[in-house]
Amino acid sequence: MTPALVRKELQAAANSLPIYLDNQSSTPLDPRVLEAMLPYFTEHFGNPHSESHIYGKNAAAAVERARAEVAALVGADPREIVFTSGATESNNLAIKGVAHFAREHPTSGPARDHIVALASEHKCVLESGRALEREGFRVTYLPIERSGLVALDRLAAAIGERTLLVSVMAAHNEIGVLQPITEIARLAHAKGALFHTDAAQAAGKIPLDVAAMGIDLMSISGHKLYGPKGVGALYIRRRPRVRLTPLIDGGGQERGLRSGTLPTPLCVGLGRAAAIAGAEMGEEAARLLRLRRHMTEGLTRRVPGLALNGDAERRLPGSLNFTFPGVTAAELIEACPSIAISTGSACTSAAVEPSYVLRAMGLSDEAAQGSIRIGLGRFTTAAEADFAVDALAEAAGRLASGRKAPT
Amino acid sequence: MSARESYLDWNASAPLRQEARAAAVAALEMCGNPSSVHRRGRAARQMVEAARAAVGGLVGAMPEEVVFVSGGTEANHLALLGAGRARVLVSAVEHDSVLRAVPEAERIPVDKDGRVLLAALGELLAGDCAPALVSVMAANNETGVFEPVAAVAEIAHAHGALFHCDAVQAAGKLPLDLAETGADLLSLSAHKLGGPSGIGALILRGGVELVSLLRGGAQERRRRAGTENLPGIAGFAAAARVAAAEIAAYDRVRQLRDMLEAEIARLAPEAVVFGAGVPRLPNTSAIAMPGTPAETQVIALDLDGVMVSAGAACSSGKVSPSHVLEAMGAGAELARSTIRVSLGWSTSEAEVAHFLDAWGALYRRRRGLAAGTLAA
Repeated sequence: MTPALVRKELQAAANSLPIYLDNQSSTPLDPRVLEAMLPYFTEHFGNPHSESHIYGKNAAAAVERARAEVAALVGADPREIVFTSGATESNNLAIKGVAHFAREHPTSGPARDHIVALASEHKCVLESGRALEREGFRVTYLPIERSGLVALDRLAAAIGERTLLVSVMAAHNEIGVLQPITEIARLAHAKGALFHTDAAQAAGKIPLDVAAMGIDLMSISGHKLYGPKGVGALYIRRRPRVRLTPLIDGGGQERGLRSGTLPTPLCVGLGRAAAIAGAEMGEEAARLLRLRRHMTEGLTRRVPGLALNGDAERRLPGSLNFTFPGVTAAELIEACPSIAISTGSACTSAAVEPSYVLRAMGLSDEAAQGSIRIGLGRFTTAAEADFAVDALAEAAGRLASGRKAPT
Repeated sequence: MSARESYLDWNASAPLRQEARAAAVAALEMCGNPSSVHRRGRAARQMVEAARAAVGGLVGAMPEEVVFVSGGTEANHLALLGAGRARVLVSAVEHDSVLRAVPEAERIPVDKDGRVLLAALGELLAGDCAPALVSVMAANNETGVFEPVAAVAEIAHAHGALFHCDAVQAAGKLPLDLAETGADLLSLSAHKLGGPSGIGALILRGGVELVSLLRGGAQERRRRAGTENLPGIAGFAAAARVAAAEIAAYDRVRQLRDMLEAEIARLAPEAVVFGAGVPRLPNTSAIAMPGTPAETQVIALDLDGVMVSAGAACSSGKVSPSHVLEAMGAGAELARSTIRVSLGWSTSEAEVAHFLDAWGALYRRRRGLAAGTLAA
């Protein structure tokens, strides 16, 4: 880009919405998903559970098509998919649901009352664990390596005869690393434990196959794969059947596992989003990988001392996390108003304390505070990526050298 | 199958209001996580906060008293489980989402119209001094009958108990004021008042503490984790604004409903309308056609293009008789022959006439059948 063009773009950006590079926090709705949802916001308003009349039947049929689309994305049977209000609910349901069922239905042999999760899991997994600890369960929050990955020997040692569930995120929301979930599932199963994976970031971006990977429970989010907010899913294995106690009971919808009227348009949106992501995954991943490498090269070249956080190769195609030396993330974000980026998980990004994930990887407080997350997505263009490299590199250089911004 | 269609199952789900649709669709195209600090996140946050004020406004609550959840079922769960009271008392006619939230809850008996027996509530509360929560709905989803919520609140508070009110069916159909109900916690659902499904709210009177059901991020002041459902919240707010402004539309609905019931009485003197003699929602009729199973009626009416239900939609797939009518002491026979007809702001006279035609025709067929059986 020529400087003149950059200035022009900068001006344009200042007058419009910032370039969106926070796709881990939420992805824009794909217009094709919106199109699929719109009919269900109007004439198809029926309650999908009022099966005695045609409006209800239409809504129910649309929900079942969507269920099949979600199932197909991860190689599941539609009967293994339960719609929820989002990944937070899915994670809460998976972890508390399995624990409560085990407590209510004791089997012969030692009680299974132990859960293993990584210290870097999403807050909603960690908080579900803490809630269970207050109920008498034991939870191991396993440290991670500097790479952000789990050490499998350490994980194997943490799983015991009383371990009920191992919960490990498939792709990390802050640092983007991909955990070896097939191996983790094998380790869990070797000790008779179940394996749950929070795939909110991974689903639709990397191939997932519940059978091949040995996944017993998997959480999916609508708005992380270009679908709507307010809807998610939990995959629950049928063979052998994984049993859990519902969190929300009542009308008995979703085979008694999740009561409440299903939001037909949102379910339809999640289904369409899953179908699109599945169909376009290969090409899209390759495109994002090229963009990611291009940005990494550009920033590494222009920002002395820049460090990539998390394993360089085993990561989501569109996800980056860097420590900028000598600056704080807050300063950097403020200096780049034309780019929407964040320090980490949106759920905690308003907090000022350094990321617990980066701390768990062994980064100092100072390094953690100088880290930002970049999330490229389906609608990120090469020009936007270039623009972001320029803006970040320039701001970082200015801030690090303590010089004032040119006026 | 009839080409004419009359939707008279509003208590299951109301059609989405135009305003709600427009707001939800606009929010769908809004990208951003309200927890993000950047501009798009802040724009989303502003929308959520404006919506909180609109939804609170529907029931005279402050914005900070509104907690957005995924719907009425979750609101009821959050209230009953989150209040953390050792003892929970619920009326025998509550919605399944209340009854099943705390299966071991004590049941408060009701009279023949389904209204809680206040003396029984007082005795139950006096019998045990453990901190309690009392949950009684504002209006019943199957019969529309109003519960004496203000009196319930007074008794509950006199015994140091919290009062939760499931106002899912009442909200938007009559003026509702948090202070007047005396509720400490109040559940709302958007899709019952013309908003989208998948969104609801728990109103939490200032100072009431709550342990969250869904844990994770710090959204909703730590009372409900999970990225906010922006289209749902925007649609809910738009529907709440219109519902509050157009509550008078239910005067016309009441006239239609009363006309419908008068005609039923004329067609079939032995038909029963539950709760007919007590205050109830202006849009709901629970009508028994003695001797004709509800499922038969619902299917026959559907073939004629009239959509009603055999009770609550969530359990209408099941054939077990309504626990509401059972608690009211209606015989099992009568309960099994009861359908729910529920109207709304856009229900026309023609739709009511359509229902009456279909219902009357079925009634005559069944009576002819019965007469034929007798003759043979």
